[in-house]
Amino acid sequence: MSSTLLNTKDISRAVSRISHEILERNRGAGNIALVGIRTRGVVLSQRLKEQIEEIEDVTVDHGVLDITLYRDDLAAGIQKPELKKTDISFALEDKHIILCDDVLFTGRTIRAAIDALMDFGRPSSVQLAVLIDRGHRELPIRPDYVGKNIPTAKSKRVQVLFNEEDGEDKVIIQEQSN
Amino acid sequence: MLLSTKSILGTKELTKQDIQQILDTAESFKEISTRAIKKVPTLRGKTIINLFFEPSTRTRTSFEIAGKRLSADVINISGSTSSTVKGENLIDTARNLEAMNPDILVVRHHCSGAPALLSQFVNSPIINAGDGTHEHPSQALLDLLTIRSHRGDLEGLKVAIVGDINHSRVARSNIKAMQTMGMKVRVVGPPPLIPVGLERLGVEVSHNLSEAIKDVDVVMVLRIQLERQNQGLLSSLREYSNYFCLTSETLAKARDDILIIHPGPVNRGIEIALDVMEGPRSLILNQVTNGVAIRMALFYLLLGENNANPN
Repeated sequence: MSSTLLNTKDISRAVSRISHEILERNRGAGNIALVGIRTRGVVLSQRLKEQIEEIEDVTVDHGVLDITLYRDDLAAGIQKPELKKTDISFALEDKHIILCDDVLFTGRTIRAAIDALMDFGRPSSVQLAVLIDRGHRELPIRPDYVGKNIPTAKSKRVQVLFNEEDGEDKVIIQEQSN
Repeated sequence: MLLSTKSILGTKELTKQDIQQILDTAESFKEISTRAIKKVPTLRGKTIINLFFEPSTRTRTSFEIAGKRLSADVINISGSTSSTVKGENLIDTARNLEAMNPDILVVRHHCSGAPALLSQFVNSPIINAGDGTHEHPSQALLDLLTIRSHRGDLEGLKVAIVGDINHSRVARSNIKAMQTMGMKVRVVGPPPLIPVGLERLGVEVSHNLSEAIKDVDVVMVLRIQLERQNQGLLSSLREYSNYFCLTSETLAKARDDILIIHPGPVNRGIEIALDVMEGPRSLILNQVTNGVAIRMALFYLLLGENNANPN
C-alpha cells in the first residue's frame, strides 16, 4: 500500500523555490556551499547546486557527507549501512553551509551530520534544506528550507525516489511492511 | 553487512565477500586520516587491548592509532612487562584481561596458533596481529588494499613473493588472500626457504629472481629474518643478496609499471637495494598508511555490530 505525495513536476518546483529562498536569505551565492547527506541528500544538493549556479551564473562549492560513523545507534546492534566516502574538499571557514537531506524525521541524522561537519572546520552558519518534513522530531532541530510539510503517522514510511538513484522522481508514503 | 567470522585469526577463514567488504570499508576510512581532526566518535566507549608478546613498531602503533581515530580506548600490553614474566600462562593472562570487559583483543605471539587457542577461552573477538610462522592477516589485507588502489581490480593480477617463504606469516596470509581474490601467486627464493609441496596449493615456485618477476604486476619482497638465520639454511647473507636482492638491474627486465611492496622492517641492501626501496615504484610507505585504514575497518566491522551471539 503506497500513495504518491509528490510527482516529478512537484519535486522540480520545490527545488527551484528552495534555490531562490537560499539565494534570497544569503543575499546571493557568494559565501554559500552545499553539503548533501548520503545518499539522497546528495541528489538534492546537486540539483540545488545546478539551479543556483544557473540563476546566479557562479560556481558553488559542493560536498558529500557520510554520517554512518557519527550515528547514535551503531552500538545498538542494528545492521550497519555500508560505509561510503565523505568528500569535503573546501574550507568551511566563513561559509554558510546548506546541509541537504531528503526527509527530515527524528532529527538524529541531522545531529550526526552537524557533528561531522564541525570536525571539518567552523562554518559561519549551518542551514538545513529538506525536500520533505514529516514531523516527529526527537531533537530540537528545525529546517530552514522545506519542499513540503507532510504530517504523517509515525508508523508510516516516507520514501523519496530520485531519478539518479531510483530511475524516477517521486515521493511516496507507505505502511511499514514489518 | 556482517563478516562471516567473529574473530580475524587468518585470511584462510575469510571469504571473497569478507575481503571485499573489508577493503571497501578501509577505502572509506582513508579519508579520516587526512583530516585536520583525525577522529570520529564511532567506537566511543569501546575498549581495545593490544597484547603483544613480540617486538613491533608498525603493527602495534597502527592498531593503536586505528583504535584511537575511532575514539576507542586502546590499552597496550607487551609480553616483557606483563605477568607472563612472573610465570602466568597465556590463557590465564587472557582470561584476566577479559574479566575487565574489553571489546576486542589484538594478539601477537611468537607461537603459531596462540590467537586461535585464546579464541576458545575468551568471548571477545580476537584479531591475530601475527602468530609465529602462521598468519598475519591484517598485513595481507593492507597489501591487497595497496595493490587494489593502484590497479583498480585484483582479479587476474600476477604477484611474485620473494624471500624466506618458509618462515613468513606474511607470505602465508598473502598467498591465501590473493588466491581467494583470484590472483596468481609465484614464490621466489633459495630452495631451503621454500616449503616443500607448495605447488600443490596452486603456487608457482621459482629460484630465479629476474626470470620470476618478468611478467608480474606486483613483487612483494620479504624481510630476511636475521633472527632465524642461525639455522644453517643460508650459507651467508651476502650470497643470498647476490641472488635475491631486488636491484635496479633485476628490475630492468620487469614491467615498467610493476608495484614493489615490502611488509617491513627492511634490511636495506640485503633483500632490497636502497635506490629501489626509495624509488618511484616502491609503495612501502603507502602500505603503512593503508595499514591504519585496514585496522580501522577491522575494528569497525567487528565492533559496534551485535556480536553477542556469533554464528
